[in-house]
Amino acid sequence: MQDTITIADQYQEDFQDLCATLPEWSSEFRNEAMLIFKQIGLPVHRKGNEKWKYTSARPIAEPQYSLATFEEVDLDTIKKAAPWHDSWLNVVFVNGQYQGTFSSDTSPAIQVSNIASDDFPQDIVESIGGIMDYSDDGFAAWNSAFMSDGSIISVPDGENSGLVINLIFFNQGVPGTVNHPRVLVTSGKKSSVNVIENYVGGGEDNTLTNSVSEIYVGEGSTVNHYRLMSETDHTYDVGYGRVKIGTGGRFNSRAFFRGSGIGRYDLNVLVDGENASCDLQGLYFTSGNQHMDNFINIDHLKPHCQSNLFYKGILDGKSRAVFGGTVLVRKEAQKTDSIQSDKNLILSPDAEVDSKPALFIYADDVKCAHGATAGNIDADTVFYMRSRGVDLETASRLIIYGFAGEVIDKVEIEELRAYLEEAFLTSLPSHRFEF
Amino acid sequence: MADQKVISRQTGVEDSQYKWGFELDIESDVAPKGLNEDIVRFISAKKKEPEWLLEWRLKAFRHWTDQGDEAAPKWAQVNFEEIDFQDIIYYAAPKSGDDAPKSLDEVDPELLEAFDKLGIPLEEQKKLSGVAVDAVLDSVSVATTYQDMLKEAGVIFCPISEAVQKYPELVQKYLGSVVPYSDNFYATLNSAVFSDGSFCYVPPGVRCPIELMTYFRINVADSGQFERTLIIADEGSYVSYLEGCTAPMRKSHQLHAAVVELVALKDAEIKYSTLQNWYPGDKNGEGGVFNFVTKRGAARGENSKISWTQVETGSAITWKYPSVILQGDNSVGEFYSVALVNNYQQADTGTKMIHVGKNTKSTIIAKGISAGKAENTYRGQVSILPGADNARNFTQCDSLLIGDECGAHTVPYIEVRNPTAQMGHEATTSKVNDDQLFYLQQRGIDLEESNYMIINGFCRGIFKELPFEFAMEASQLLRVSLEGTVG
Repeated sequence: MQDTITIADQYQEDFQDLCATLPEWSSEFRNEAMLIFKQIGLPVHRKGNEKWKYTSARPIAEPQYSLATFEEVDLDTIKKAAPWHDSWLNVVFVNGQYQGTFSSDTSPAIQVSNIASDDFPQDIVESIGGIMDYSDDGFAAWNSAFMSDGSIISVPDGENSGLVINLIFFNQGVPGTVNHPRVLVTSGKKSSVNVIENYVGGGEDNTLTNSVSEIYVGEGSTVNHYRLMSETDHTYDVGYGRVKIGTGGRFNSRAFFRGSGIGRYDLNVLVDGENASCDLQGLYFTSGNQHMDNFINIDHLKPHCQSNLFYKGILDGKSRAVFGGTVLVRKEAQKTDSIQSDKNLILSPDAEVDSKPALFIYADDVKCAHGATAGNIDADTVFYMRSRGVDLETASRLIIYGFAGEVIDKVEIEELRAYLEEAFLTSLPSHRFEF
Repeated sequence: MADQKVISRQTGVEDSQYKWGFELDIESDVAPKGLNEDIVRFISAKKKEPEWLLEWRLKAFRHWTDQGDEAAPKWAQVNFEEIDFQDIIYYAAPKSGDDAPKSLDEVDPELLEAFDKLGIPLEEQKKLSGVAVDAVLDSVSVATTYQDMLKEAGVIFCPISEAVQKYPELVQKYLGSVVPYSDNFYATLNSAVFSDGSFCYVPPGVRCPIELMTYFRINVADSGQFERTLIIADEGSYVSYLEGCTAPMRKSHQLHAAVVELVALKDAEIKYSTLQNWYPGDKNGEGGVFNFVTKRGAARGENSKISWTQVETGSAITWKYPSVILQGDNSVGEFYSVALVNNYQQADTGTKMIHVGKNTKSTIIAKGISAGKAENTYRGQVSILPGADNARNFTQCDSLLIGDECGAHTVPYIEVRNPTAQMGHEATTSKVNDDQLFYLQQRGIDLEESNYMIINGFCRGIFKELPFEFAMEASQLLRVSLEGTVG
């Protein structure tokens, strides 16, 4: 049951204008997506809608957005907003549009190209939209209809140079605009690649970033995926990620949330090959009136696979965090080993956390566990530290630091870890409580 | 001591049939099929109810009609054909119930025999067990035992229809105060057509001297059972209440939509135990009871406590979430559950703990066992509201899977709005441990018995929360329900 809002006529006009400028290969896909978008609209009602149980999409869906266009910006602004290292392959999009002048030259080993370009091999064209199901997701359908620039990363078989691809989607914050970033990653056999997706920027007025990423993890390959959401509090950020892991493949995801008014990350991982594994970790720190909704699903289709789902949240101010995690183990997926956990540290009396870590299990020879916790800084731990001469503020700071550090420490790219430590740990509140 | 005719609860291992599946041959007074305002008025008139109760029923009925069949909850992890609410008998009573018996001697002997057959001891010889029983057959309460002893203690324990006549002010004050008539689709239906059920009031400072028990039985074909139970524990009182239920084997499904309301005032404690053994349907999933029940307790007073213990082995479909609203400061809520499903049974059950008062505590221990082609879901909600300083919750859900065609699911909802709260949830799912099985078999215990021992151990923590006799029975029930699941 999904109530809809009427899709503005303006979107239809924008769509026709856009189609005229984009390559032919995508038009069939776009038209279909637009049709679905018009049919189902955006999910504004929460009642009876488990996917949006704790997050109201109404404030996101109600304004009418115009498509964002590029305006002048200098590279330093972008470098300040997102992690950057010259040794990485940096690819910059401003308001959804590819900026060749800011971006590194593409590496010869790994092909990074732009969706808007004309010449694509057939298999890539078929991969776009191949693992997503936008039939019940208005945001994903919207993106599919309107995607313009975006990046397509294809890693050849056996490529193991440890390259870091840093995708920066910078939102200039032009009031009332929407941009639809799109990412496609395919990794070849026994290859490995690091991809960072950054959603940054935003302004003083409402804007929407509506992204879709599709990732195919090839046989025996490893994809390390990092995602950073750090936009202003006036920005709405809806992210939709779909991953499919092949035999023996490995998908590591680290998702960080630092900002946006209402943030949503819908990640669905299909563990679709034997001996495949995924490790999904996340850290969200919400403050002020922010709202973050992580909707993370793992779908085990094949036997002998492992999954780990580990999210942590720190909540301050009047913020709200939602965690909806589901591990589904299908009948064929015997010998699955799965752990799921969501831990929340609540620092303010006005903050709220809603957590729903669910398990759906249809195979009997499995080991599955999940856990969730929510609470304040542990008074005993603070007492212990204070009895050792550490003052209250330092003690509670250390605890919060340690709590957040558990996820940041797992980041293997050194420069990125340093950046995250700076971005997260320095901005954490020190203490708020009388013990 | 007189002979106990049949105590069928001692079911032998060799017999895996549903032992409670016979039909009683008792003349019944039945309302025509279907539901409309006249039926509601008919039930109310049959019960000689006062005006306010009829009004309340009609309000509920109108609300139910207005919202339409679409309002039936669909979120549960269960599948069934739509229920035709016009194809159900909403009122069926044993004929002899018309001129209510004054004592056991006046009860239709056939009825007594029937309850004996069920293993429900209405006769004096069961005095030793110290359980006061209120037996509800189809829609009507047929007998309540031990009135004298209860009267002495000041405890009111009687059919709710009798309470409406004798203690209208109590009923009017509390009926619908925990589960309002507009609460949910099935509770609304129940409010409109509820037939009978138990009423219990324990006055201030009284510790109820014996366990209270209600025994429910659906007998008439195509009839639904809509009982309503209301238990009030006044300040400083304590009561332990048990309920059991069975139904005959039938090809068609039967609907059971009950409402249970508990109110615990300051320093009061209510312990509510259920042994649910409605007919689960046959091996091919045909027939069986749809058990759509709303149970909720309000721990209203300071230091009050409500504890739910349930052993769910029956019903084709179970949809049931015994909840506690922890309103009073320092109040405590507990939920202990074993849910076992086999063949084509489906269960979506769990609890809700709503923390409102300060220093409130809740514990949830749920054990789910799935076998055959059955689906078992734990669905629970823990809410800690802004005012609930220092609230504590601990939740543990464990599931066992027997065979590769069943499912076990855990869907917890956790809502925390107070930073001083401490809540933890953990859940595991696995099959019966091979090493443990090997160990037992190596000691000469056969596979089936080994399985039973392990599973019985898995449930032990819950069984020990049950009153002793019930615990024995639960363990037996487990054995019967598990038969044929291994090998």
